[in-house]
Amino acid sequence: MASNPVIVVDYDAGNLRSVARALEHVGAAPVVSADPADIDAAGAIVLPGVGAAEDTMFKLRERNLVEPLTEYIASGRPFLGVCMGLHALLARSDEGGGQDCLGILPGEARRFIPLPGIKVPHMGWNTVEWLREHPVTEGIPSGSYFYFVHSYYPTVSDPALALGETEYAVTFPSVLASGYLVATQFHPEKSSHHGLRLYENFVRWARSGEPVPATSAAAAR
Amino acid sequence: MLTRRIIPCFDVDRGRVVKGVSFVELRDAGDPVELAKLYEAEGADELVFLDITASADDRATTYDMVAATADQVFIPFTVGGGIRSPVDMKVMLELGAEKVSINTAAIQNPDLINEGAYRFGSQCIVVAIDARRIPEEPGRWEVFTHGGRNPTGLDALEWAVEAVSRGAGELLVTSMDTDGHQKGYDNAMLRAISDAVTVPVIASGGAGGPQHMAEALTAGGADAVLAASIFHFGTYKITEVKSYLAGKGIPIRPVEAMND
Repeated sequence: MASNPVIVVDYDAGNLRSVARALEHVGAAPVVSADPADIDAAGAIVLPGVGAAEDTMFKLRERNLVEPLTEYIASGRPFLGVCMGLHALLARSDEGGGQDCLGILPGEARRFIPLPGIKVPHMGWNTVEWLREHPVTEGIPSGSYFYFVHSYYPTVSDPALALGETEYAVTFPSVLASGYLVATQFHPEKSSHHGLRLYENFVRWARSGEPVPATSAAAAR
Repeated sequence: MLTRRIIPCFDVDRGRVVKGVSFVELRDAGDPVELAKLYEAEGADELVFLDITASADDRATTYDMVAATADQVFIPFTVGGGIRSPVDMKVMLELGAEKVSINTAAIQNPDLINEGAYRFGSQCIVVAIDARRIPEEPGRWEVFTHGGRNPTGLDALEWAVEAVSRGAGELLVTSMDTDGHQKGYDNAMLRAISDAVTVPVIASGGAGGPQHMAEALTAGGADAVLAASIFHFGTYKITEVKSYLAGKGIPIRPVEAMND
């Protein structure tokens, strides 16, 4: 599996090329594909995404990607979801009056409420605090800045899933991690050197066959 | 904490950076991709390219520039100028732009905002508003098009609210009164618009130094500040601007060495 390619899932997501370019930049030679056979044979999968949850789920279904992606993740292999690629993993999103998502992670995407000083979308560079150690955050200090642009934020019913958290009106888990699955609310491909380092770490980890880190902070101690 | 953004802006004509003083006098300030890489390293939070290429025949140079930038620059950038349809938006977003900015086309066809937001998401639709003070009516500003030449009769505040209600995810607000004069942004207009909408506002037009940016981010209530000349001609480095703003207690993403 170590030599199998990194697949960037092609479902017409707006940041598809940016994600692929960042992976190329860190030497991953990614393959952009919507072919279930490629997903099945992947060494690692990156699911990009921007825009609306409804549109994302529609396109994933239209391209018959739901089953291959669900099976791939269930098999416990390396997976990285980015922005809408994180929301897609949740049970549902409040977007568009409510949208069922893949239901791989127990949680929901909720809308930020605009307040004085709280503009929506949450757009720009914000800090991420790591809640535990993880191979994908290696060499990136806790409290580093990443680029966010989103109007809905993830919530999870199992706090142990949170790898990183960010504050914007509320404190929300901005990185989720479970087994070989990692998902970020921010855009590492637009987060300059820290973002590139995260992709580099993910690719190295996916290829290394290193054991999966413990999910909870308590277990990691 | 979410930080305020410092955004160098490039006016691009046939793949080269130019910047007008009050949109009349143009000077060449270099290669956009090289400048973009430099600004990323210096701590720019985002970039804006405004394409002023007049001829449709020359637009391929813009596409090449956008693709080359996306290959080498890993911070978000917006492309504006000449975007008149959802197809134009799709091309720029697929070439690697994070957002597209629309101005005159949105005024001529406001449904373009709705269509863009529906197809690509509000987060990538920036509506640019160029406005002037109405001298006889303090506290009111009129929207202009075509680089500030043509009055529209639209009230800037009303147009800002309408653009957001149609799906704009961000507003890029330029004062045609202060643009090019390097004496500060129109903070009264920025404050009025920023308070009237729920989306981020980028201040543009009039930056002469970091003190003007601090004013736009505090008195003006802006979420981001855009500037061109003072960066392109080396009057101030982004690092200098950022340390000044941080010293004023404004939340800023610190500039870090990139070789860690």
